[in-house]
Amino acid sequence: MLATAIIVFREVIEAALIIAIVMGASRGIAGRGRWVGAGIGLGLAGAALVAAFADAITGAFEGNGQALLNAGVLLAAVGMLTWHNVWMSSHGRELAAEVRSVGHAVQTGNKPLTALMVITLVAVMREGSEVVLFLWAIGTGGSDGSMLLGGLAGLAAGVAVGTLMYFGLLGIPLRHFFKVTGWLVLLIAAGLAAQAAGFLNQAGLLPALGTSLWDSSRLLDQASTAGKMLHTLIGYTARPSGIQILFYLGTVVLILALMRWASRRHDGAARPA
Amino acid sequence: MIRRAALATALFAFAALPALADGPIRIEIRNQAFAPAEIHVPAGVKVQLLIVNDDDLPAEFESTDLSREIVVPGHREVKLFIGPLDPGRYRFFNDFHQQSEGWVIVDAK
Repeated sequence: MLATAIIVFREVIEAALIIAIVMGASRGIAGRGRWVGAGIGLGLAGAALVAAFADAITGAFEGNGQALLNAGVLLAAVGMLTWHNVWMSSHGRELAAEVRSVGHAVQTGNKPLTALMVITLVAVMREGSEVVLFLWAIGTGGSDGSMLLGGLAGLAAGVAVGTLMYFGLLGIPLRHFFKVTGWLVLLIAAGLAAQAAGFLNQAGLLPALGTSLWDSSRLLDQASTAGKMLHTLIGYTARPSGIQILFYLGTVVLILALMRWASRRHDGAARPA
Repeated sequence: MIRRAALATALFAFAALPALADGPIRIEIRNQAFAPAEIHVPAGVKVQLLIVNDDDLPAEFESTDLSREIVVPGHREVKLFIGPLDPGRYRFFNDFHQQSEGWVIVDAK
């Protein structure tokens, strides 16, 4: 039961950390809870579908179905995280000011909310489908209710860590708040882009450009729980390939450039000519 | 002389091409464990692995050393590429049964 709990915890925590940061980064936006909730619901449905059709997905695209699906949803999430940060770079200051003075949520229209929903959906779907397959793998091995109990305990622990992370974020002074969440979102996006590059390389569609450019697995094993958490948060990879580093740095540069551009354009528009 | 030059040219051309090992290396999953649990691959060569799951249960071939993860449903097989790798040992494991592990061993040339 404990083994089950630990494995489920390690999967759930990845999604929980992303949701916590997304919830923090969208602080003060009206209706975000509903949209993130919808993302969780759709993500669970997606996870069940992916698990149920694992056979068909595996066989698709000459055996590259899984790698392409993973790369596709990861890059979609990167796009949405980018969109969120770009939007925030032109609206973040107003949002922070309003949260401070009015204290209630700000109506923003549905645009950034769609992004939040998609990010949540992708996170829940990816980790959820693994949990479903894993529980099936041990469940059919002939188990009593302790497996289900372990799964639930793992789920609860993962959600608890996510909740702690969220309230920890809320402790950051409002002055710096959106700057911090913006950086967190940026690093998550870069890490997901690097993961997508790994999947495309696995399918033979991208060159590795050197494997194991460094090896920090003795310092921090990526398969350990701390390694896995850092992998989710900043894309920590103990033995990265060249293409992963290229995608990581490329995403950082691209998002920063877009944020700067959006912020300048916004300032220019706000100033009377 | 000409033959020797032709041979040298052929060897040179072969060396210049990105090396790809012939045919995939087969690893089977039985009772959620890998067989063989150790495979040897040459350094500097892109290699294709064929993972065959003989069990009813799904498995996940995962390696943080190689940045690889792929679900292998029961009685299915998957292919994936690894490398070109430097000499060393690279661990892989079954994410759905983590006691089961194996090694890709890259021998120095």
